[in-house]
Amino acid sequence: MSDLHIDNISMRFDLPGGGSVQALKNVTLDIKSGQLLSVLGPSGCGKTTLLNIVAGFLAPTEGNIRLEGDVISGPGPERGMVFQQGALFEWMSVRKNVSFGPDMKGVPKSKSAPNVDRLLELVGLQDFKEKAVYELSGGMQQRVALARCLANDPDVILMDEPLGALDALTREKMQSLVLDLWKETGKTIILITHSVEEALLLGERLLVMAPRPGRVHKEYYLPFADLGVGNDLREVKKHPDYNSTREEILAMIWEMEEEIMGRAEGDN
Amino acid sequence: MNENVFTQLAGETIAIISSLGPAILALAIYIAVILAAQTIWHLARSKVAPGDSFNSLKTVTFGDESTVVSNTTASIVSILLIFVLWGSFTGSKLLPGFLHVPGAYTGEGNFTYTMQTASGDTGTATVTVAVHEAGKKVSKPKVDKGTGIAGNDALVVQAYRSKLLLWDKNDAENRKTGAQIIKVNGQDIARGDRIDVGFANVAITPKGTLNIVPHKGVQMETIYLPPPEMVWDRLLTIANEGYQNVTLGQHLGFSLWRVVVGFLLGALVGIPLGYAMGLSNWFRGWFDPIVEFMRPVPPLALIPLVIIWAGIGEEGKVVLLFLAALWIMAIAARSGVSGVRITKIHAAYSLGASKIQILRHVIIPNSLPEIFTGARVAMGVCWGTVVAAELVAAEKGVGKMIVAAAKFQNTDVVIMGIVLIGLIGFAIDVGIRMLEKYLVPWKGKG
Repeated sequence: MSDLHIDNISMRFDLPGGGSVQALKNVTLDIKSGQLLSVLGPSGCGKTTLLNIVAGFLAPTEGNIRLEGDVISGPGPERGMVFQQGALFEWMSVRKNVSFGPDMKGVPKSKSAPNVDRLLELVGLQDFKEKAVYELSGGMQQRVALARCLANDPDVILMDEPLGALDALTREKMQSLVLDLWKETGKTIILITHSVEEALLLGERLLVMAPRPGRVHKEYYLPFADLGVGNDLREVKKHPDYNSTREEILAMIWEMEEEIMGRAEGDN
Repeated sequence: MNENVFTQLAGETIAIISSLGPAILALAIYIAVILAAQTIWHLARSKVAPGDSFNSLKTVTFGDESTVVSNTTASIVSILLIFVLWGSFTGSKLLPGFLHVPGAYTGEGNFTYTMQTASGDTGTATVTVAVHEAGKKVSKPKVDKGTGIAGNDALVVQAYRSKLLLWDKNDAENRKTGAQIIKVNGQDIARGDRIDVGFANVAITPKGTLNIVPHKGVQMETIYLPPPEMVWDRLLTIANEGYQNVTLGQHLGFSLWRVVVGFLLGALVGIPLGYAMGLSNWFRGWFDPIVEFMRPVPPLALIPLVIIWAGIGEEGKVVLLFLAALWIMAIAARSGVSGVRITKIHAAYSLGASKIQILRHVIIPNSLPEIFTGARVAMGVCWGTVVAAELVAAEKGVGKMIVAAAKFQNTDVVIMGIVLIGLIGFAIDVGIRMLEKYLVPWKGKG
């Protein structure tokens, strides 16, 4: 089983002008294989830092992360990443982008091609295989990014606000797609988002983080992701618990934001 | 010699400003022509094809950059006007005569002078002047000596030149005996005075001779600006027969070859250097001072040193162009590498790519648009540098051709060379842009 153990990690950045920022403090998490975890929090709570540490782009100042017992020390293909935007390779066609992972591993085209075709079909881009990625819309580009990540068959998929740059309608469609892909592939997914609705709808487990220092503030286990698989997400939003949970989390984040603002003003 | 540099420069500045007067007038006329042509075009267009494009429906166009597109008609008229002006001021045979500005006087003209002897007798004679174009010989007009103490004279002058007339040679009395001219065309004249006789200015020199200066008009003399057809003929001649035993193909070929070889060597060294500077702190630190110092040194300033070191042969020129291209390409490659988005690199690592694979599949393709931009700049600089280097010293090359032609006042060759240099520079730029469109279609779309 590819469980992810985040063991008491802390992250401290030194500032150029002296002093330092405690981006994360004593974060401990166990993420079970196949779990869809959404992470929410006000800006500056360290959620992107956490994701970058899991991805292996940053080394924590304290603690460690283990995937299947192996300590993470750098980026690796077993942890795929989907970025907000701009991570596709414009000089490659859609198909070449998706088969980038297998190509780098040296998998012969004849072997990887059926899987690439299947994934492109899964994200609804079978008619755009040979197009250049810059010819696609923002939503289609993010579907390419999802397919590219899946083509590498990672154990964990890390998503850093993957739908943040999309318009509301496209975003809703993409949320359904993420849920369907999750169910279909059974991957562990960590999703960072700014949107409370997205975190509620997609995360079967939801983490609210608090800033200064970045830490886990509250955790929820939610039924909406399971309800949403294959269903209309707007129906899910009618669930009696949905609105109350949303209001509760919103109030929590508002309170934190106000505290930051107040502290910032107090600093002046 | 010891004059203060500021006083000198102030003097030069005043001289330049005071000579601007006619230029400003010419510029004002030119702008008036542009505006007049625009008005005519607008009137004609509103009659023929009233605006139906989307832009014509916009009420705000002044300041809206998207509504400003190059007007093809204006471009065509602009270029035509250049040729018309050129033809008009050179008396080109391609233009109907009424478009020519007044040229130098040619043909026969005459005027009279009245002489007075020391004893007070006067006599009047007619001078017949034949003014001919350069290169066309005409025979001296036959004139009857006439009666009286002053004999009629005849004179042949080339257009744009002047000639002294020893009027007293065939007269009864001469200057030695105290005769002198008192009137030209019936107007009183003294030594040092000048009188316009219609086709020429006639002056009396301090020694008492007549100096005849035919009117020059406002056309340019061929030696300063040949008419377009002459330049074209010269192009055909040189293309067929060569100039100074070197064919036009050789002149152009040598210049282009130097540029291409110098640029390719510069790119071959500069691009890897730029990559190294973009990828390694140590290399960045090592080469930054060198590159940042060498980049602002104009390649032309290196010509004397290159001649001292490498002589005037091909090595020297290739080295010069190599140096011209090297820094530009290094900086372009460096900024191409630095410009890669970190998310692309992160994505590639997360997909399992190795460093070499990231270099090959992400960093290099990502830097290509920048490298093409650098190549366009470098080729432009190289082309300018090679021409300048050939002006200084070369055996073959288009720059050498025009500087040699200038020494023999072959202005047509000089103009032809300049036009060819411009056309080739333009063609190089267009060529690289087309290559860029074909090879890096993703430019600006990341």
